[in-house]
Amino acid sequence: MNEELKRLLPKHSQDSLLSWSDQVELTQTTGFNLRAVEDQALAQGILPTRYQRNVQAITREEQYCLATAQVGVVGCGGLGGYVIEELARLGVGSITAWDYDNFEEHNLNRQLYAQMDTLGQSKVKTAALRIKAINPSVEFISHCSRFEDKTGAEQLAGKNVVIDALDSIPARMMLSQVCRNLNIPLVHGAIGGWYGQVTTQYPGENTLEQLYEKACNARGIEVSQGMLSFVPALVASVQVAEAVKILLGRGELLREKVMFINLLDMEMEIIELPATQ
Amino acid sequence: MKITIKLFAFLRQGRFKIREFDFPEDTTVGQVLDSLAIPRQEMGIGIIFINGKRAEFDSLLKTDDVLAIFPPVAGG
Repeated sequence: MNEELKRLLPKHSQDSLLSWSDQVELTQTTGFNLRAVEDQALAQGILPTRYQRNVQAITREEQYCLATAQVGVVGCGGLGGYVIEELARLGVGSITAWDYDNFEEHNLNRQLYAQMDTLGQSKVKTAALRIKAINPSVEFISHCSRFEDKTGAEQLAGKNVVIDALDSIPARMMLSQVCRNLNIPLVHGAIGGWYGQVTTQYPGENTLEQLYEKACNARGIEVSQGMLSFVPALVASVQVAEAVKILLGRGELLREKVMFINLLDMEMEIIELPATQ
Repeated sequence: MKITIKLFAFLRQGRFKIREFDFPEDTTVGQVLDSLAIPRQEMGIGIIFINGKRAEFDSLLKTDDVLAIFPPVAGG
């Protein structure tokens, strides 16, 4: 890393905090981009002010860990929108997202990035613009395509965590297999009606296959039950909490366990599902 | 034999949340689903547990078992 940047960072910070205007100024003086300046600041124990409320829930070292993390988000609809928003606000350094679809009117009831002026627009490109608007230090890599096993595996390689925000059972099964092959932890979330579920699957485990082994259609109860706005917001938030704990290596995970959420009867069950392979 | 059945998510609609039933010996999970008019094909079943352990449609129930049935949830 450039010595000039290392030297200038303490001079541009106050109480070990780096303001946005100073971060921008440093990109202009040193030629490094926003993400590089942020990474170097965190490496030197200087915190971009935007993360001031993240610490002390996480430490400055953990904030640096998030800044250097790479997360894949497969699907930018109901779950994916909230997942991406929360990852970017947390300061996860690099987000790669897939979605082949465009926003339609029936997405407006629950998908965070579906709004009047994004109807007809690509979901993943809309997400990219949103991330630029809320945290330009985050690298956002868009794949405006369906997640396919071969190309998807190449694009996912090297990610620290993958988040399943898909909407069909066969696609989820494919993603589960790809993540197992690549040795990447997968955080699954699914919604329908008033209900949702979350689990975290590590390589060598087969929680998703067990969850859907009796399903005989590509889709589940969402076909008959619809999807309400608060369900993706909640399920996505639990998924992001799981992803952050994986990245930081602390806390309790929903590993070999499934959290079933019922917001109509206001019940939450965590059921153990040991790996069988 | 006495079996406790717990239904989850929308499977409760028009049915119940938890209820105790009397079934003849050697009743299978599939027969219980049929008796509750839970369609296995059109909707599919997500996952079934007997006493917290994953079970199959042809799993045999025994007295005092707790059978939990979850529908598949797959939306995003």
